[in-house]
Amino acid sequence: MTTTETYTPVAETVGAVLSRQSRPPRPSAWSASLTFGWRAMLKIKHVPEQLFDVTAFPIMMTLMFTYLFGGALAGSPSQYIQFVLPGIMVSSVVMITMYTGVEVNKDIERGVFDRFRSLPMWRPAPMVGYLLGDAFRYTMASTVILVVGLILGFRPPGGVVGVVAGIALLVGFSFAFSWVWTMFGLLLRSEKSVMGVSMLVLFPLTFLSNVYVDPSTMPGWLQAFVNVNPITHLVSAVRSLMGGTTDSGEIAWVLIAAAVCIAIFGTLTMRLYNRK
Amino acid sequence: MSDLAIETSGLVKVFGDNRAVDGLDLAVPAGAVYGVLGPNGAGKTTAVRMLATLLRPDGGQARVFGHDVVREADAVRGRVSLTGQYASVDEDLTGMENLVLLGRLLGHRKAAAADRARELLEAFGLTDAADRQVKNYSGGMRRRIDIAASILNTPDLLFLDEPTTGLDPRSRNQVWDIVRIVVAHGTTVLLTTQYLEEADRLASRIAVIDHGKVIAEGTPGQLKSSIGAGSVHVRLRDPHRRPEAERLLAEALGAPVYIDADPVALTARIIGNGRDEAAAEQASRALMELSRAGIVVDDFSLGQPSLDEVFLALTDKPAA
Repeated sequence: MTTTETYTPVAETVGAVLSRQSRPPRPSAWSASLTFGWRAMLKIKHVPEQLFDVTAFPIMMTLMFTYLFGGALAGSPSQYIQFVLPGIMVSSVVMITMYTGVEVNKDIERGVFDRFRSLPMWRPAPMVGYLLGDAFRYTMASTVILVVGLILGFRPPGGVVGVVAGIALLVGFSFAFSWVWTMFGLLLRSEKSVMGVSMLVLFPLTFLSNVYVDPSTMPGWLQAFVNVNPITHLVSAVRSLMGGTTDSGEIAWVLIAAAVCIAIFGTLTMRLYNRK
Repeated sequence: MSDLAIETSGLVKVFGDNRAVDGLDLAVPAGAVYGVLGPNGAGKTTAVRMLATLLRPDGGQARVFGHDVVREADAVRGRVSLTGQYASVDEDLTGMENLVLLGRLLGHRKAAAADRARELLEAFGLTDAADRQVKNYSGGMRRRIDIAASILNTPDLLFLDEPTTGLDPRSRNQVWDIVRIVVAHGTTVLLTTQYLEEADRLASRIAVIDHGKVIAEGTPGQLKSSIGAGSVHVRLRDPHRRPEAERLLAEALGAPVYIDADPVALTARIIGNGRDEAAAEQASRALMELSRAGIVVDDFSLGQPSLDEVFLALTDKPAA
């Protein structure tokens, strides 16, 4: 501490770092985004507690739903898990997407955001960087749920290829869906309000779907909602991949929904980002 | 193109009912420190954020090195750098990681970014703290890492938004020294501050702003002579004699006298009376008048003109 506290700026040493050497050319869009992804990794290194929501939370969800509903809905937990595991994976990962908005909001509050915005680089890079870091978190959560599932007796007929394809589709969709939260992160005033809005959107979206039960048992008006809910289609697509009965119609639906998310919410995010 | 670093005309920014910046006209010459002096809420930060392309103006024009801040924002970003009121580096990361991150974002390759980061940490006396998270830095260290981050690619124009607010005197002096070195190497600095002393010590020109407008502009010398040399603060023994003391001081100094909330206290401005007389000399003559009238003075002090007095002089109301 003594050396840093008794620091006296010396004209020669500070002057030396100010020499106007030629500035390097600006980084490519991809390189800038990757650098922000690296920042997300560093934050995980320094604040490992933030991985709770991609480890402990998914384990809890899997155990809770398998044993809570298993006996009643499918005769036994081990039978139910064949049906419910892809759904739990989808709902857990989609829930976790809301932390993107919280992170964006925190950076704005702490002022580090202004620094990034004043740099001459590809404008969406910080946003893409957040989402690259988040894609890592989504993959981790999916893996944790898969491992817990396997231990509990989940035996996917789709095999390794089907499971990996299912997780890839899920992570890809979540990446696109997260632009909703980057928008709210920029739009709303505090971390708490971002959390509040996220819950309001995510709870109905994940529960009013085919994650836990077959929609044919629901009243007609509810079925109407469940059938247009993108989460339903995502669950069907992931289930089909892991179940070895690839449903290309559902997969196409999910990919189109993802593209629409990026087109709408990506555009809105960048508008807000530039005007903030 | 012009040799002005910053040129604004009629710049406006409105937040709801609040006209934060309300027709700001600035002409900042390149190569020196330009001070923007004003109280909290005067619109200093809003103005800086517009000039640094972070906020879109609602009216008027602003050019930085001849580039329009809205239409040519990218060209402006390539030449300026900003150090905000709050250290804008990532608190969760270490000092080293922060500088490498910025180096990479500015286009340095991995090895070059690390070299550059080490050089900067060394120059700013932060080598020992390189691997500590910034949230564990002291206030002075944070400000230094923030300035280091701002000069990673030496900018042509550096915005320092209240760089010493909340710092202890030693850290404040360190920041002042750094600013002087940076300017000596050819970077123009726009410094916003609430402290007249800071603007006086660093800036070659000062704009005083209030309610989003420039209310006075000039060299520190011009400003000070327009507002007077300082003030004398007097505490009397007997509160009943204050009206008399007020009259005597006003006569002796030829300037307005202000009644303090404290019933025995008075503050009088000392303005240049054209006779080239030192402030201390004028003050002592005024105090002599009090003692001649038999008014006992318990305590007195002679003050440099404060921001408050700048505002009293320019707007005839205290700084908000």
